[in-house]
Amino acid sequence: MITLSNIHKSFGSLHVLRGLDLTFREGEVTAILGPNASGKTTLLKCILGLVGPDDGTITVKDIPLSGSERYRRWIGYMPQIAQFPENLTVKQVLAMIEDLREEEPVRKEELIKSLRLEPELKKPLKTLSGGTRQKVSAVIALMFDPDIIILDEPTAGLDPLSSSVLKDHIQAEKKRGKTLLLTSHIMSEIEELSDRVVYLLEGQIQYDGSVKKLTEESGEVRLERAVARMMQNGHAKPSEEAADETLTDQAT
Amino acid sequence: MRTAFYITLFASVLLVSTAVAQDRTTWTVAPDGEITSITEAISKAFPGDRIEVHGGTYAESPIVVMKQVELIGIDNPVIDAGGENEAITIAADSTVFEGFTVKNVTHSFTRDRAGIRVANASHVRVANNLVEDTFFGIYLARSKHVDVLDNEVRGVPKREANTGNGIHLWNSDNIRVDRNFVSGHRDGIYIEFAEGSSFAENEVRDNLRYGLHFMFSDHSSYERNLFRDNGAGAAVMYSSHIEMRENEFAHNWGPSIYGLLLKDIRDSHIEDNVFYRNTTGIYAEGSSRVKITGNTMERNGWAVRILSNCYDVEFTRNNFVGNTFDVTTNSRRNPNLFEGNYWSKYDGYDLDGDGYGDVPHRPVRLFALIVERQPIAMTMLGSLFVDILDLAERVLPVLTPETLVDERPLMREVR
Amino acid sequence: MQTISLPLSSLWKILKYGLYDVMRSRWVLFYGLFFLAATDVLFRFGGTGERVIVSLMNVVLYVVPLVAVMLGAMFLYNSREYVTLLLTQPLKRQSIFGGVYAGLTVPLCLMFLLGVSLPFFYHGGITPDVMQAFVLLLFSGVMLTAIFVALGFAIALVHEDRVRGMGLALAHWLFFAVVYNGIVLFIVYFFGHYPIENGVVALTFLNPLDLARIILLLEFELSAMMGFTGAVFRQFFGSGMGIGLAIGALFVWLLVPLGLSLRYFKRKDL
Repeated sequence: MITLSNIHKSFGSLHVLRGLDLTFREGEVTAILGPNASGKTTLLKCILGLVGPDDGTITVKDIPLSGSERYRRWIGYMPQIAQFPENLTVKQVLAMIEDLREEEPVRKEELIKSLRLEPELKKPLKTLSGGTRQKVSAVIALMFDPDIIILDEPTAGLDPLSSSVLKDHIQAEKKRGKTLLLTSHIMSEIEELSDRVVYLLEGQIQYDGSVKKLTEESGEVRLERAVARMMQNGHAKPSEEAADETLTDQAT
Repeated sequence: MRTAFYITLFASVLLVSTAVAQDRTTWTVAPDGEITSITEAISKAFPGDRIEVHGGTYAESPIVVMKQVELIGIDNPVIDAGGENEAITIAADSTVFEGFTVKNVTHSFTRDRAGIRVANASHVRVANNLVEDTFFGIYLARSKHVDVLDNEVRGVPKREANTGNGIHLWNSDNIRVDRNFVSGHRDGIYIEFAEGSSFAENEVRDNLRYGLHFMFSDHSSYERNLFRDNGAGAAVMYSSHIEMRENEFAHNWGPSIYGLLLKDIRDSHIEDNVFYRNTTGIYAEGSSRVKITGNTMERNGWAVRILSNCYDVEFTRNNFVGNTFDVTTNSRRNPNLFEGNYWSKYDGYDLDGDGYGDVPHRPVRLFALIVERQPIAMTMLGSLFVDILDLAERVLPVLTPETLVDERPLMREVR
Repeated sequence: MQTISLPLSSLWKILKYGLYDVMRSRWVLFYGLFFLAATDVLFRFGGTGERVIVSLMNVVLYVVPLVAVMLGAMFLYNSREYVTLLLTQPLKRQSIFGGVYAGLTVPLCLMFLLGVSLPFFYHGGITPDVMQAFVLLLFSGVMLTAIFVALGFAIALVHEDRVRGMGLALAHWLFFAVVYNGIVLFIVYFFGHYPIENGVVALTFLNPLDLARIILLLEFELSAMMGFTGAVFRQFFGSGMGIGLAIGALFVWLLVPLGLSLRYFKRKDL
């Protein structure tokens, strides 16, 4: 379980996260959505410890993140763009991660097999296509059977077959009661995988609820439409909000 | 002691005067023989006699030779001067002193005590001796036609102030000093007022000050000597008509140290010498009409430092190889000649194939001038900035001497 | 209370895999071959070990820092995603930093050492009288590699923009290799009549390249050529303490950018 309370983060004058309060539960797949630069990636990076929030607290399994790296043992992360030491083979990269984590992989063989990575194991990374790299990255994220799985655009660059295999794995993890977070630009994928959508806009939560509720509320059949509508509506909003904020700032 | 000296002197004079007509006799001195003292043998001998001294230590000093004898050491006899005295003084013409080891003469502030002294004598021959641990080694004063050959003069290097010179010539003309080995003294070979002398094939090394210290001695020559690791190199001063050939000046290395220092030298030749790894290969000041030819200057700090009070000094057919600075001078004026030398730093070309570069070579680096003016700038040596500066100056000379140019730089080293 | 001890085991692991990776890359091999060829050619043309060391001095003083600072910056830019991957693993940031830094510095140093040493061995260039100079040359090369890789890392960490970072890396090299000496020479030339010797000694310490240059040159010709004006300088660097201080200062030059970079890296948002 992950809880975020009152998370603020600025990069220079850019206020990226503005007081987020969120809880991610076990057995739930949460999709983080939002337009570009809405703070999705920063939110994930905060949980991963790549970015330190300016204010607020994050706890993972009730343990507050305070500079210790140990909680990352519970997290499997699949980044948007994966890059590894180019001259190592796939096998060596996997061995390296095992070695660094000092953990025995639980689901390695299964993942390699289902993603059809065997023929690539002995090839150096520099010879592999982007899709194959993504598969390696997926294996790394899932093979230790982590309690928390964070996937940043997991199917981008994957062929349809691998994409569906990966989705099956995600479903399976959910059934195992894992906490899953994902971002994606493919709305059908989110519809297929997620239970819950968190829609961020300008660093704030615009919407937080189930996929079903979102489509119902918006009156659209497809999630894509619903999200698009939210985007349209949302763009009108921030200026008012910003104005409000300035007023309150001045008042206090 | 002094009375003993006069008695010996008196006896010698007496013997000389009474024994003129006798044949040449050979006397034998040995620790277990009939005569056990060299002094006794000399006193008994007649002029022209031969005295053979056999192996053993002879603690008698000073031995004074006032008549012409041949003192020959057999099986390395040792004369131990006992510290306070000179070992032997030769004051008779045509005396021979050969095959001895002379040692143990301590330093004095008032007297230049020597292992072997030749005074007021001519045609003396001092050869094949080992002079060890003496204040001065071999000391020649007011003598003529003396041969100093094949001696080994070894000092124990102390401070300059309490170490004398290895071979010291003063006011002595037509001296020949060949094939000696001199080390561990203040000056290796010191020469003052010794006209018409020659020095060949000596090896002079590890002396505290100069390997060769040479003054006021016109018409002298030295050839095929090795001067190495001496404190201040070799200094040749205030003389004319000096011939220096095929000597090697090497590893005279340290602050203010020269391979060869020339001061007020005129009408001389410096030919076919090797200057290797000296702080300054040749330093010339106040010298004129000196021809410097066929020398190899390699890996010196400054190969040549020539001050502008020199004139008509000619550098031809020399090799300048890998020196930090090939030539420096203290003025933009240059009354000396550099022509047809080989410069390893030369980067011109020879299109017409005559063996000479088609572009003149300017051997003075800008950095050399900067250092000349501001010595602390030397700390910038070897930095890229300085190299760039030098390159710029070579392309567009503004500060380096206009006329210090080798118009015909050789493309290949002179062998 | 934050732990300050370096968790070495994960640092070693990162270094180990970093070495697997880097040692197989072509440019590292090329770097080693460059020194091998340069040293070998110098032996074939120049001959003695001493001459070769003197000629190699410029290579060590100028090529090594240039390559180190540029590669250091570039390496970090290229490894950004890899570093991120490591950061998402249960690893301390200092072990990641140390491992990645060593993963470049160690192979560069190894290639330098091998490239220079091998020709010395098979040409028999190491004689007792050049031993000290040879060791100093290798030491300087290794220190300059480590220092300038650290500098390149620092630049690439602080500046996100790769083009700007590479430009700055080059500028840093230019400053230390050329401009700095220009400034010092200017000072020395125009203020040389004041007693500035101690100042010149102090200025040397502000440039690691100068320190290495002086340490090497004193081994060869500089001390003799300093003359009496350079007495303070000579006495300082000629003494065991002076050389010790100079070597110590090189370590400071390594540890300061490295420490600052690490500090920055530990707080940095990636």
